[in-house]
Amino acid sequence: MKKLASAILAATLAVGLFAGCGGSAGTSSGSASSSTGSTSNSSSTTTTTTTGGATEGSTPAAAADLKVGFICLHDENSTYDLNFINSAKAACATLGIPESNYFIRTNIPETAACYDAAAELADAGCAYIFADSFGHEDYMIQAAKEFPNVQFAHATGTRAHTEGLSNYHNAFASIYDGRYLAGIAAGLKLKEMIDAGEFTAEEAKMGYVGAYTYAEVISGYTSFYLGAKSIVPEVTMDVTFTGSWYDETAEKEGANNLINAGCKLISQHADSMGAPTACESAGIPDVSYNGSTVDACPNTFIVSSRIDWAPYFEYSIGAVMRGESFDTDWCGSLETGSVALTAVNEKAAAPGTQEAIDAARAELIAGTRHVFDVSTFTVNGEHLDTFAPGAATDGTFDPSTPIVYDGYLHESDYRSAPYLDITIDGINLLDTRF
Amino acid sequence: MHNALFHISKRRELPWYSAWGIRGAAIVLALVVCAIVTALATGLNPLAVYGTMFQGAFGTTRRVWILLQNLAILLCISLAVTPAFKMRFWNIGAEGQVLIGGLATAACMILLGGKLPNGLLILIMLLAAVAAGAVWAMIPAIFKARWNTNETLFTLMMNYVATQLVAFFVIVWESPKGSGKIGIINQNTEAGWLPQLAGQKYLLNIVVVAVLTVAMYVYLNYTKHGYEISVVGESERTARYVGVKVGRVIIRTLCLSGAVCGIAGLLLVGGTDHTVTTSIADGRGFTAVMVSWLAKFNPIGMVFASFLIVFLGRGASEISTIYGLNHSFGDILTGIILFFIIGSEFFITYRLSFRKKEV
Repeated sequence: MKKLASAILAATLAVGLFAGCGGSAGTSSGSASSSTGSTSNSSSTTTTTTTGGATEGSTPAAAADLKVGFICLHDENSTYDLNFINSAKAACATLGIPESNYFIRTNIPETAACYDAAAELADAGCAYIFADSFGHEDYMIQAAKEFPNVQFAHATGTRAHTEGLSNYHNAFASIYDGRYLAGIAAGLKLKEMIDAGEFTAEEAKMGYVGAYTYAEVISGYTSFYLGAKSIVPEVTMDVTFTGSWYDETAEKEGANNLINAGCKLISQHADSMGAPTACESAGIPDVSYNGSTVDACPNTFIVSSRIDWAPYFEYSIGAVMRGESFDTDWCGSLETGSVALTAVNEKAAAPGTQEAIDAARAELIAGTRHVFDVSTFTVNGEHLDTFAPGAATDGTFDPSTPIVYDGYLHESDYRSAPYLDITIDGINLLDTRF
Repeated sequence: MHNALFHISKRRELPWYSAWGIRGAAIVLALVVCAIVTALATGLNPLAVYGTMFQGAFGTTRRVWILLQNLAILLCISLAVTPAFKMRFWNIGAEGQVLIGGLATAACMILLGGKLPNGLLILIMLLAAVAAGAVWAMIPAIFKARWNTNETLFTLMMNYVATQLVAFFVIVWESPKGSGKIGIINQNTEAGWLPQLAGQKYLLNIVVVAVLTVAMYVYLNYTKHGYEISVVGESERTARYVGVKVGRVIIRTLCLSGAVCGIAGLLLVGGTDHTVTTSIADGRGFTAVMVSWLAKFNPIGMVFASFLIVFLGRGASEISTIYGLNHSFGDILTGIILFFIIGSEFFITYRLSFRKKEV
């Protein structure tokens, strides 16, 4: 008996070992091929950048020896960070920065560890250091003060335009445009379900899982809602908050609560796979964020908006390469390619979704349609004519800035990080404790 | 009857050189296993990976400082839990005690910053942090001493209370509104920031913890209190029989335990991070339990144990950056190494005797 048991044990161990090897051998060959890919890429582009450098006349850092660093809050398991990591790799490949010259530091918390990571990257010779999480900002500023010759860039932050540091930069994108377009896809899906008699237009309620009651989130769900409302005027939306940018359990639970409360469609602004997978198991359509979740959710994923950071990286790192300065506070848009939508999943989306998105996109670019058109929504039953954002209280915003004029609310025109933070009619906040 | 393949018997005290020989062998074995795993799983040269780990920990002067700073904080928390463990009081609430100490520090910095001279403010921060940590540890201690409640569960649950309190106050003091973070407190005035020694950011923390280490060593080994702690740890009944007031020793010791955790919170919030978040203790309240046990409650041994863990962590982070591997791979290596080291303690305490071949 004992012998048999030990034989079985040994066999399981051996199988486990080989299974482990097989799986990881796959990834290693994958990474090897990607590295060879980028090396060949770099050799082809290095020549172009060196000629570019030569015309500059000064002594700009050539692509071959420019080092850049990226600081990420989590790793590629977070859809948010994965989006940055992919964009960073793509931009470095385009710019001809070889893989050995860019460093991606993952799992860096929003504490002094962020300053340490930035300082270490500066020590390693990076001329450009980027951080991806809002809470990194204070530590990036601390590092920027200490390393005046290194350019620091930070996504989603608010302080660059008032801090007065020449080497500290913020960047964001008019993602509300992308959210709005994704909202149109949601509206079409609701309309399809209403037409099929699954529920009435009055019952068309969407659910939204947000992270915090922060302007970036509020601006995001408001534009998403307005997109859906442009198709189904009766639509309402419940919003719940998790109090974390990344909490898979809380996001899943939040989505399930919304589904149980009768929400017909879910979207989210939180960075894990929690909400999309909850939708997939409940069979509820989901409009995702940060990137496609179609692989995990083939039956319910409709479309996802995301910020493509590659244009910003190419712009800002390119400037450092040429020895030029770049914007202190940069806001990407549909035109710059910073606001992007993934492919529509035909299996879950309503027919004609792609066409509707394309048409609205053209109108947004042409300026004939505005996401925050004040005639399309009300606040406490009234149309807005002025608006003072709560962001004014943090000292990075002049409260006297006129924001509502020409018939629409000018989001992100005065600071790249969103500042719209009001609750419009039709949106119901289930909890606001975060 | 079948004879067992081997049987296990307790060893008599091993001479120090054999004990360290076994430990050394365990480390070598661990490195060999890690090398095999690395080569099989990633196709990388294990020696290059080890080299990168060293680079990550010692590569530059800054890295050495960061290593020492992280070592200091982990060591500080390990020192804090040790008197309680030595007394066989399972205080796994260090995480919460550090958090609450950090929260008290942050509260002083936010509410009193700029209103008091800096020296006085720092003194108040110290008192607040120590008191907060001590109270947090004392609550379960009183319940244990009076009603013999289960301290493991009690201290563990106090962690969640502390985490939620911090989460609550982060929302109260958040900046900007809705963002769920406080950010660096008093970044422009630096009010309540602990002073830098010799222009080095982390030196003060390191010096404070070095002094604490020696003090704890003396306290545990050469004072009446320390003796009472080991007597209570050996047997409560004996302690009672020889006239030790067990309840009082438990409360007093936990008070000390919590106070040192409070100091760790102060060093983190006032000394380096200048903010408070729910993750500021970063699991070190639990890692400290392992450090304390690995070092068999000897403060000097804890210096090495904390060094090992911090070194592995820093090295793991570096290999994930350099080779683009997931962080988990570094954690796997750390796990293997710790497994062997903890396992080696088994072979130091026990002897395996294999069955002799029957002819």
